[in-house]
Amino acid sequence: MDSKQLIACPTCDVLHRDQDVPAHSVARCARCGTVLAAPKSGAMTRIAMLSLTALILLAAAAVFPFLELSAQGLSHQASVLDAVLAFSQGPMAPLSLATGLLIVLLPAARYGALVYTLAPMALGWRPAPHAFAAYRWAERLKPWAMAEIFIIGVAVALVKVSGLARVGLGPAFWAFAALLVVTILTDNAICRLTVWKTLRTRSAS
Amino acid sequence: MEDPQNPQRFLTAAAAGLAGCRACGTANPGGAQACACCGSPLQPAAADSLQRVWAWLAAGLIAYVPANTYPMLRTTAFGRTSENTLIGGIAELFSHGSYAVALIVFLASIVIPVAKFLAIGYLAVSVRRPAALGSHGRLVLYEVVEFIGRWSMIDVFVVAILTALVQLDFAAAIAPGMAAVSFALSVAFTMLAAQSFDPRLIWAAESENLNDHA
Repeated sequence: MDSKQLIACPTCDVLHRDQDVPAHSVARCARCGTVLAAPKSGAMTRIAMLSLTALILLAAAAVFPFLELSAQGLSHQASVLDAVLAFSQGPMAPLSLATGLLIVLLPAARYGALVYTLAPMALGWRPAPHAFAAYRWAERLKPWAMAEIFIIGVAVALVKVSGLARVGLGPAFWAFAALLVVTILTDNAICRLTVWKTLRTRSAS
Repeated sequence: MEDPQNPQRFLTAAAAGLAGCRACGTANPGGAQACACCGSPLQPAAADSLQRVWAWLAAGLIAYVPANTYPMLRTTAFGRTSENTLIGGIAELFSHGSYAVALIVFLASIVIPVAKFLAIGYLAVSVRRPAALGSHGRLVLYEVVEFIGRWSMIDVFVVAILTALVQLDFAAAIAPGMAAVSFALSVAFTMLAAQSFDPRLIWAAESENLNDHA
């Protein structure tokens, strides 16, 4: 049998025949149950649009005012950039760079790569140049894009200071909160092997 | 696909002389260095890769020690400075009556890291030895560790936000402590340890292909 007709389970390496799976049904590995294909109609459009939304929200979160703290007649505004630069003094400076990467730059890179690879798929075009490398990077960056973890951290921090001072929430806070929802929706919509298969089929046609 | 000679067993790509890609599932010809479809490097599910798991895990454990002993936050209020360690911060939240938040921070900074060290260590040991937990149980454990590990980073972000926000001159100011750096490193190292673990090894002990193709 030609190895092109085979698919190896990415989790446990068991070989399966690469069959066409009807839309809205799920093919799983016979041994470990990993999802091998879960095609849904309009999934590419949905992921591309969600990723574009996430990019816009990230840009808004980086630009607009984030939080304001006031107590005893004093007040202090903090932007997302201030949170990134929190560690910038002294020997902790590399942690500032890491924070900036984790909460803004890597999520932006991941969503940018997703839009770049999946928008042509949604429109029925051939894959863009280097689309395969871009999607591979989008998958590798996934665990390191922590924008949704950051907003939970914000919630914990707000509870910590709520007893001492009044906190005002700016547009950037709501942008991050919406980003949490969009991230969960995007991650649920993506089936990795289905995206790869679509990329392969489209570049062959 | 089932093995034609032995219908009870599953035929893996490695046993068929092929190299399965862990990113996109393409069955590449055996001996290929990079996947023909997506370009990911192809590595056989060799027990050698466990060395990388142990190395990252050790680094994560070492970094977790100063994360607990050094102060996480340095608070200055009306000229008085107090320092809070990880545990101290949780105790303070608890004494203020914020039980739910205290629980979240306790889970993220103590329970999850410790459980992760144990789980990754157990997965790595069970590749060589017969394990009490079956293959499916260990796969679930691996997937939980992969999913939940990154959420420990919450603590570092809390410190970043508090530092950025609480800057009210004389009344109150918060500065980060050295523990934030070691905690961030510990989380990153354990994430790398989990990513270095090849889940195909979970089944390698069942079939004896491991030594043939390592």
